Order: sequence, then structure tokens, then C-alpha cells
Amino acid sequence: MEAATATARHVSDSAPARAWTWLRRNALMIYAGIAVAYMLIPIAIVGLFSFEKGTAQGEYWSDAFGQTAVNDSMIMSLELAALTMVVATAIGTLMALALVRYEFFGRRATNLLIILPMATPEIVIGAALLSLFITYSFDLGFTTLFIAHVMFSISFVVVVVRSRLIGFDRSIEEAAADLGATPFATFRLVTLPLLAPGILAAALLAFALSLDDFVISNFNSGTAVTFPLYIFGASLRGIPVQVNVLATMLFAVTVIAIALVLWQQRRAEQMASVQPEQEV
Amino acid sequence: MTARRRLVPYGLLGPGAIWLALFFVVPMYFMGELALRTGTFTEGFQSGFEVSNFSDALSGNTTQFVRSFVYAGTATLIALLIAYPLAYAIALRAGRWKLLLLFAVVAPFFTTYLIRTIAWKTILADESPVVSVLQALQLVPEDGRVLATGGAVIAGLTYNFLPFMILPIYASLERMDTSLIEAGKDLYASATQTFLRVTLPITAPGIVAGILLTFIPAVGDYINAEILGGTGTSMIGNVIQSLYLEQRNYPEAAALSFMMMVAILGVVLIYLRLAGTGAFMGDEEERG
Repeated sequence: MEAATATARHVSDSAPARAWTWLRRNALMIYAGIAVAYMLIPIAIVGLFSFEKGTAQGEYWSDAFGQTAVNDSMIMSLELAALTMVVATAIGTLMALALVRYEFFGRRATNLLIILPMATPEIVIGAALLSLFITYSFDLGFTTLFIAHVMFSISFVVVVVRSRLIGFDRSIEEAAADLGATPFATFRLVTLPLLAPGILAAALLAFALSLDDFVISNFNSGTAVTFPLYIFGASLRGIPVQVNVLATMLFAVTVIAIALVLWQQRRAEQMASVQPEQEV
Repeated sequence: MTARRRLVPYGLLGPGAIWLALFFVVPMYFMGELALRTGTFTEGFQSGFEVSNFSDALSGNTTQFVRSFVYAGTATLIALLIAYPLAYAIALRAGRWKLLLLFAVVAPFFTTYLIRTIAWKTILADESPVVSVLQALQLVPEDGRVLATGGAVIAGLTYNFLPFMILPIYASLERMDTSLIEAGKDLYASATQTFLRVTLPITAPGIVAGILLTFIPAVGDYINAEILGGTGTSMIGNVIQSLYLEQRNYPEAAALSFMMMVAILGVVLIYLRLAGTGAFMGDEEERG
């Protein structure tokens, strides 16, 4: 086998033989290209459809906010996602700090409490919450959606912030303490800025999860209509083109936001890697 | 001071733990309780101990239960076959393309799940080019339809949960010590032997995590069956959804979701027992 490729490489004067060798060597990357293209197909379709011709090309882009029902649902989704993001990120970051920085009784139980929601099918979470709300005749609406969204976002926030905390160089904090900073000042001026990229990534994730959720929301929304719920309802009659326009906009904004986070993260890493030369 | 310090972690955990307990653990109890009730929506449900709700729910929906497991299992298997080589390419061969490829893998998450699935409905629609090609290759059944078949639902499930398979496998390949592959070669193992006896066993935890992360959401899904499927493709999620939200038969609906939860929790707990909680949280150290 090895010998065969070696000779093939020697004899590969002819173009087809060379092409064959090239193909064999790059087969995996060619496959990766095809697989990734497959993953991007639906996004391309949505983008393509947003430029559908009404009376003029791109008409729906200039009239992106022309459908009140679409706008209302989008506004509700954005409000819900923003609120969820703030609360889930705050609560989740505190939990991550406790799990990484402290030894305490009940640690395993806490880990389990964080993992299980991620390992439970959405439909079960939605159904269970609805059972609770039914039992207490709770009015379904924005509040119940908010409760549900924070609930399923917390675990993801904890996982993201936790992974950032594990790679955290604590000697920087010790240095701050040595230089006379109070614990609170150390936290505010050293820990938080260094954790910021992790927290930001977690916040974005919570925002995205909330914005995209359909199953759990469908169970607990009552008459409230979020963007995914609107799309589902509309899909039975035919979706306004504006939905594709807004979805494409959202995609673009997310891509830019992620690029910014990555850039920030790289900067923070450079900041953290500024260390005095090590003495052995 | 030390006593106060010992209370600090509980203070930090408090809000989150309470939220999760109140809105994740407690609801599970009420779902169980609801599953044991008797009565109808119009007459009101009485609390009771109607264990037969469980057996009735199971016997009445055996087809959908089996179908859910077959669809989700097939989708998971296909996803694994697509994901492993892709993850391998990204982790070990991509070089400077790595970040871009990873980005493309998670990009589907940036458009709404429903919109993606509806896009597939367009792609697989009766007169679409993709379906024409499949027809020419005689890969579709007699009537030439793809939409509203089990195949369409499986295709949708595979697509939608593929990133959950790719990412953990990628992570385990990325962490792998590549010098082990070199060692395999030095010891005259063929590429296939090295892969089967070194790479594959080392990345097994990633594969198992990927299988769980794909199978669990897929088995409970009802969007794909709703949008891409037809009359004969409804899964257990569709039944639960319809019982809860349309027929308002809460006890049977709760019984069904309860059984589904128990089945999945069983699998997850066995997995955690073997792999440790760290495996789900994205690191390896914390075992037990």
C-alpha cells in the first residue's frame, strides 16, 4: 500500500495520474467541503427566497417591516430573548463561579441539576411546565414563556462560563491581591474583564436559544405569539416573504456578532498571556 | 469568617438552583401527578391513582413509539456517518480553514429551526430539481414523492441535529494526542489499522456523547414529522403535542411524556455513571 503510493508518485507524469493522486490526497477535504455545503443549503434557500420578485426585484427588502403580525411577533421574541439573556446569564455565571471556585457539599447533585435539562427532550420540558401551570391555573403568556426560557438557558450559560473559568490563570488575581486590591476590586477589575468573553458568548447563546425556541414555547405561550410561533401558524397558510427577509437579516446580524466575540476573545487571550518571564 | 466563606457557594448557586428546582424538577412531579388523574377536560380532572393511564397510553400509541425510535435511530446513524469524517477533516486536516469550517457547522443555528425545516420542505417538494434527480436515479418510491414519507422526516431529523453529532466528535479528535497516530505508523500499522485500533477507541467518548445529543432531541421531535411528514409518519412527539394542546387529554398526554422522560433519563444516567458528569460539561477531569 505504502509502496504503491510511493511508485505512483514517481510515475505520476501523466495528467490523469497526477489528478488521481491529488484527488486521493485531498479526498477528505473535498468531502468536508461538500458536507459543509449541505449544511448551508437551507440558509442559502432562505436568503434566495427573501429576494423573491413581487412587482420588483428585492421588493420585500424595501418593505421588510410591512407585515404588522410579523413585526409584532419579532418584537416579542426580541424582548423575550433580551430579558432571558440578562437573567439567565447573571444566574448562570454565579452558578459557574460556585462550581469551579468552591468545594461544597451537594456538588454532584448540582451538576446533575444542570445537566438534566440539557439531556431532556424539549417536548418533555414543555409538557412538564404546562402540567405545573395547569395545576395552579396559571395564566399562560409572556411570563410563563420567560420562566421557561430562563429555565432552559441556565444550563448552557453555566457550561460556557465554566469552561472559561477552568482555563483561568488565578495568579493574576493573586497578584492583584498582593498589590492591595480588595476582593471586590479584584473581581471587578481583574476577574470580570478576563471572564467577559466567556460571559458574552454565554449571553449570546442564551439569546439565540430563546429567539429560536419553538417546542417549549408552543406549550406555554397561551395567546402570546413569538417569531417561531408565528412562522408555524403562518406555514399552514403560506408564509409572507418578509419572514425570509427578517430571517436573513437576523442571520447576518448574528454572524457579525459572533465575529466580534471571536475577535474580542482573541484580544482577551493576548491580554491574559502577558506574563512576566517565567523563572525555573 | 470561615463559616461565612463556606456559605458563599450556596449563595452563588441559590438563584439558579431554585429556578431549576422550581421550574424543572417540580414540574416533573406535577406531570407525574397529572398522569394519574381521571376525568375529562370538560368535566374536570380528579386527582387519583389511575395507573392504567400509563398502560393505555402505551398500548394506544405503540406504532408511534416504535416509529419514533426507528426514525431517530436511523437519523442518528446517518448523522454519525456524515459527521465523523467531517469532524476528522476539521480537527486534523483543515489547517487555516479550521475556524471557518467550524463556523459553517454551527451556522444553521443562526437561522430559526422552523425556517430551516420549511426550507427543506421547499427543497424536497414534488417538482423540485432535487426530487427530479432522485426520481431519475430511481431512489424514490413509485409515486415519485419524497415529501410526506418517512424518508423525508428522517432526512429532516438528520439535518437538524447533525451539528450536535459533529461538535463532540470534533472536540474529542481535537484533544487527541496525534503522536499516537504517528506511533501507530512507526509500528507498521496500516492507515486502516491505526484508525480502527487507535483513533476510533480514543474518540469513543465523543461518539457516545454525539449519539446521545442527537438521539435525545430527535426522538422527542415533532416539527420534522409535522412539516415534512404525512399522515403515516407521526411520531410520539406529535401525539403528545396533540393530546396536550388540541384534545386536552392531559392525563394521557402526561403519561406519555412521563414514560418518554423515564426512558431517556435511564439512558442518560447510565451514561453519566460510565463517563462522569464532566463528559456532558465539556471536560474530562471531573469524574464520578
